[in-house]
Amino acid sequence: MTTLFTIDRGVVVALIIDSLRDLYEQNGVTTDSEPDEGTYLIGRRALLDSLGLVTLIVDLEQKIEEAFGVALTLANERAMSQKNSPFLTVGSLADYICALIDEQRNV
Amino acid sequence: MTSDRQVVLITGARKGIGRFLAERFVRNGALVEGCSRKPPDWSLEGYTHHLADVADEAQVRAMMTSIARRHGRLDIVINNAGVAAMNHSLLTPVTSLDRIFDTNVRGTFLVCREAARLMQRRRFGRIVNLSTIAVPLRLEGEALYAASKSAIETLTRILARELGPLGITVNAVGPTPIETDLIRGVPPEKIQKIVESLAIRRLGRFEDVANVIDFFVRPESDYVTGQVIYLGGVS
Repeated sequence: MTTLFTIDRGVVVALIIDSLRDLYEQNGVTTDSEPDEGTYLIGRRALLDSLGLVTLIVDLEQKIEEAFGVALTLANERAMSQKNSPFLTVGSLADYICALIDEQRNV
Repeated sequence: MTSDRQVVLITGARKGIGRFLAERFVRNGALVEGCSRKPPDWSLEGYTHHLADVADEAQVRAMMTSIARRHGRLDIVINNAGVAAMNHSLLTPVTSLDRIFDTNVRGTFLVCREAARLMQRRRFGRIVNLSTIAVPLRLEGEALYAASKSAIETLTRILARELGPLGITVNAVGPTPIETDLIRGVPPEKIQKIVESLAIRRLGRFEDVANVIDFFVRPESDYVTGQVIYLGGVS
């Protein structure tokens, strides 16, 4: 039997939100509400532009390596070809990251 | 973590112009990191050497992680590592293509990518790639070498646009022949012919390359990116 998420998903969500806050601040983005799991990262409801998303991904890869000691490539071909993009919201990205870390650790 | 001293990475720093630039940046007060596939036979205070092949993704990442952990920043990258092979295309084995493109194109791309990931944290970076006058002069016998450097020029121009919003400039310098190992196997009469085609008819010097690099990496050059400057009056 395998456990779906062996890492603390809450830590991953916190990392994403932390990076997102930094990005908003750097780019002068103002928002009415604090980012949470439902915050959109791409699409019309997102506050990030395409470069912002690139920066978020790079920042997260570095933070994940520091926090979990795992070097991930988030924007790989698989992610880009998935019908429902893992980059849609903070929550979907957290699920995706947890799955990738699990996958890499179980190899 | 480092103070306010600039952190510079020079690839192919074991010898030739890479070593010259490493020593020069150290003299100017920078903390210099260098790499090559073989260990250097020299050492210098303020200089750290990494045994790394720029074409090996894992080795490049490990080097950048080491720089990030020790300094927390990277200000300047000089992509100097390069290999050449002078031969008529009809006599060139495909292994030469792999060797030249692995180091020159793949290596330059990997170092640019990983360096920019580190540089973007501070919204500042200067990347200088090495091209050659063999590109505009379309030198016979240098098809693969010149083609690989053409790729580097295109990388330079496109990366300049992609990384500009992150505060990172990307430029290239194209030296004339300089007395280094790179031209050791080239017949003297061929070198002489190239020199005679220049506006300024002499071999290049390390200082000529350093002069252009100095200009590209100055903080005031934050509005200069995507440019290729050839030495010797070649255009």
